[in-house]
Amino acid sequence: MQVTMTVNGAEVTRDVEPRQLLVHFLRDTLGLTGTHWGCDTSNCGTCVVLVDGEPVKSCTALAAMTAGHEVRTVEGLADGATLDPVQQGFMEEHGLQCGFCTPGMMLTARALLDRDPDPDEQTIREAISGQICRCTGYATIVRSVRWAARHGAGAAAEAPAIPAPAAPPAAEEVPA
Amino acid sequence: MTELAERPANPAATAADRPIGFGRIQRKEDPRFVRGRGRYVDDIVLPGMLHGAILRSPMAHARLVSIDTTEALAHPKVHAVITGRDLEGLNLAWAPTLSADVQAVLATAKVRFQGQEVAFVVADDRYAARDALELIDVEYEELPPVVDVRRALDPGAPVIRDDKEGQTDNHIFDWEAGDRAETDAVFAAAEVVVSEEVVYPRVHPAPMETCGAVADYDPVDGKLTLYETTQAPHAHRTLFAMVAGIPEHKIRVISPDIGGGFGNKVGIYPGYILAVVGSIVTGRPVKWMEDRSENLMSTSFARDYVMRGEVAATRDGKILAVRTQVLADHGAFNATAQPTKYPAGFFSIFTGSYDLQAAHCSVTGVYTNKAPGGVAYACSFRVTEAVYLVERMVDVLAAELEMDPAELRLRNFIRPEQFPYKNKTGWEYDSGDYEPTMQLALRMAGYEELRREQAEKRSRGELMGIGLSFFTETVGAGPRKHMDIVGLGMADGAEVRVHPTGKAVVRLSVQSQGQGHETTFAQILAEELGIPPEDIDVVHGDTDQTPFGLGTYGSRSTPVSGGAVALAARKVKEKARAIAAAMLETRPEDLEWEKGRWYVKGDPGVGKTIAEIALGAHGTVELPEGIDGNLDAEVTYDPPNLTFPFGAYVCVVDVDRGTGKVHVRRFVAVDDCGTRINPMIIEGQVHGGLADGVGMALMEFIGFDEQGNNLGGSFMDYLIPTAMEVPDWETGHTVTPSPHHPIGAKGIGESATVGSPPAVVNAVVDALAPFGVRHMDMPCTPARVWEAMQGRPTPPI
Ligand code: FES
Ligand code: FES
Repeated sequence: MQVTMTVNGAEVTRDVEPRQLLVHFLRDTLGLTGTHWGCDTSNCGTCVVLVDGEPVKSCTALAAMTAGHEVRTVEGLADGATLDPVQQGFMEEHGLQCGFCTPGMMLTARALLDRDPDPDEQTIREAISGQICRCTGYATIVRSVRWAARHGAGAAAEAPAIPAPAAPPAAEEVPA
Repeated sequence: MTELAERPANPAATAADRPIGFGRIQRKEDPRFVRGRGRYVDDIVLPGMLHGAILRSPMAHARLVSIDTTEALAHPKVHAVITGRDLEGLNLAWAPTLSADVQAVLATAKVRFQGQEVAFVVADDRYAARDALELIDVEYEELPPVVDVRRALDPGAPVIRDDKEGQTDNHIFDWEAGDRAETDAVFAAAEVVVSEEVVYPRVHPAPMETCGAVADYDPVDGKLTLYETTQAPHAHRTLFAMVAGIPEHKIRVISPDIGGGFGNKVGIYPGYILAVVGSIVTGRPVKWMEDRSENLMSTSFARDYVMRGEVAATRDGKILAVRTQVLADHGAFNATAQPTKYPAGFFSIFTGSYDLQAAHCSVTGVYTNKAPGGVAYACSFRVTEAVYLVERMVDVLAAELEMDPAELRLRNFIRPEQFPYKNKTGWEYDSGDYEPTMQLALRMAGYEELRREQAEKRSRGELMGIGLSFFTETVGAGPRKHMDIVGLGMADGAEVRVHPTGKAVVRLSVQSQGQGHETTFAQILAEELGIPPEDIDVVHGDTDQTPFGLGTYGSRSTPVSGGAVALAARKVKEKARAIAAAMLETRPEDLEWEKGRWYVKGDPGVGKTIAEIALGAHGTVELPEGIDGNLDAEVTYDPPNLTFPFGAYVCVVDVDRGTGKVHVRRFVAVDDCGTRINPMIIEGQVHGGLADGVGMALMEFIGFDEQGNNLGGSFMDYLIPTAMEVPDWETGHTVTPSPHHPIGAKGIGESATVGSPPAVVNAVVDALAPFGVRHMDMPCTPARVWEAMQGRPTPPI
């Protein structure tokens, strides 16, 4: 079947098997390998992407279900060469080690900051509680999100807090 | 040429807040990871690549009656179906393990654990490969399984390894350390003896990235390129040469970015071999990535030690001796990854941080119908089990003596003047100064105040516990005269090249799985040569591009490869001195070093920077006799001893009286890993290990039912802490450099995983003291804690 959706600001149309998971659509069909997978049971959250701005475990959605929606992956987090403050925060505060959970964690953080520009520690912990990091013990992830909050990530007043969608990977630019 | 040499260094590097060498700097690897540009094995796509999937046994112990692959082969997208019989024809059905045993690549006559590999399908895509698994028809004849390790040696227990000639029971090995007679004598005369069965249950490292490989065999030039999730690319290359009969120079192992390892990615799993076979058979690249259940059910588990611990002491709290007997569950194949002469790893460090008169341990390894493995999950070669045992037992003794556990530890520490300290099982502790570390942890925790709070809460019936642990690790294996794995000495290499413009590349035999090697090793070189870390490229994870070495596990990267980098840098520095002398028309002994530059003694204005010397070396300077025209060096470092990091941990828990739920309120960790290269990375390593420790102590557990069904085979059942179950860690440090290591560093990767479980369990047991509980085994789940409160603590099975 054919699906059309917006991925990181660009519209893509592809033929997919009806049963194809969104995570495999992003990784295998579009070649956006920044989205990872780490379990078979929707527990780990390494596959989290934003669908219409909300964190979604992409192993739990079919590509077909996402047709017509807007998907944002880690590849769409930076604005060209300018990193999202969340990305900067993770580098500043050592919010990542192996980097495997990191895309999902950052996207959840982005969604959190979009609705709560100044979250406290407990709010951040709750926001990422559906995701597992095996490396960091979480404290530095919390600090990373706090760093982003302090540096204007969530403060809409300090535009451009939310970066424009990444340079759109136009359909033909994305390796099939 | 002159122009090049005079180019200013990267201005960012000279900013005052950016250390050239040791100190907190951001990680060099992070920019790619935060952009989603890491390159993990499953990200690799090669032209014409096919996908493999493994059919696994649903039974723990069964005879394989028949396998029918006809329907699977008829699937339009399937290219090959491989069974154990096919592999027998290629002499590949069995592969040697890292412990002088063999392991079935695909089962032939029998399956021996649930999840064992039975057949391999190669298909166009991952979905089709999985579909085809459903089309394979296997007939099993069920056999009684051996599940309880305590029954494995019963006469009449089913013999699991009937493939091994002469094997008539499930016994693997007996091993001991220390002096039994001397220890028994001390125990016989002791005023106080405490004894407890302490179980370290089976757990799993479960890195977020599962294991996998992409095998690309080129039939024309006979070269195998193997992308693998491996912590030890060079050891794998050599082993593949031995197993598959492919000449070693025709094998290239590439370990790209690794999504966490923790020991899970040391061994060679059947899936890796099957990907290679699949590629040879189909003539196309084959990718195999296991799913999470496969990871938890079939790859290297950790621990599974049943330990009878005993401590002898005087009534006033002087610990005299420790002894233990251990029953070690190694699963269906003895596939632990550890030095040959140490079948129980470094477990004999169970004497801990205490000055003892005697110690003895004996370990018996047995087969059961469970997945093979045993040395993983940041265990420092079984130091986890050792530290857990002694630190749990010291608390049992404290309860017996009605003495404060902090006081008891302080009273028995090895004293600073006793280092290097030879313990009773043969280890020589390189350096230590334990009391200040312990005191710092107690101060940070506000220990006295916590005890007051606890007393007050107890009087109200509330359950609060304070747990301590003080650990000494033995890491950085190791001196090659004592330590090898399958005959390969445990040395590691580093190669340093300074390019003509003064930038450098360092090539390593070890491989990062998130530890930040690209940063840390650049910092070691920066510290030695004064070249800014951003001007240094760190190359690792590719056997065609790096020197030989045994890889990253057992906290050995900094102790071993770190030593290699420092010594290679020093060779470069000496060479630079000779060249600088030639350039300055003076003698090498008339030059003095300051970071990044040789200058003339007494005339600091006259000198040459490393960049100037590099250009000279590669340029037209007339070189002194015996010096060739480069600024390169290579070292394979054979460490003279292991290193002995240590630390003091304090955990505070609250236990819900109604539900048994444990809440970790605070965790204070003071670590001493010797010289500190990058404090930020060290703190990160500690944090991660602390979360592991809380996980193991409270929730992580691979259990089995009586049929040998794995009860921890998914993240629904194998619980890992989320951000909600762990506190904000409070860390501190002391610095006691290793006297024998080139930069005094001891390694930090596993300290917290080793040291934290006893602190958490000691806290839980302390909270339950009002119920008369003196010991309970991990995991301290609500149900198990509640049972303990009712006076019925049960061992985990
Ligand atoms: S892959 Fe684990 S939750 Fe999606
Ligand atoms: S950084 Fe490795 S899993 Fe989070």
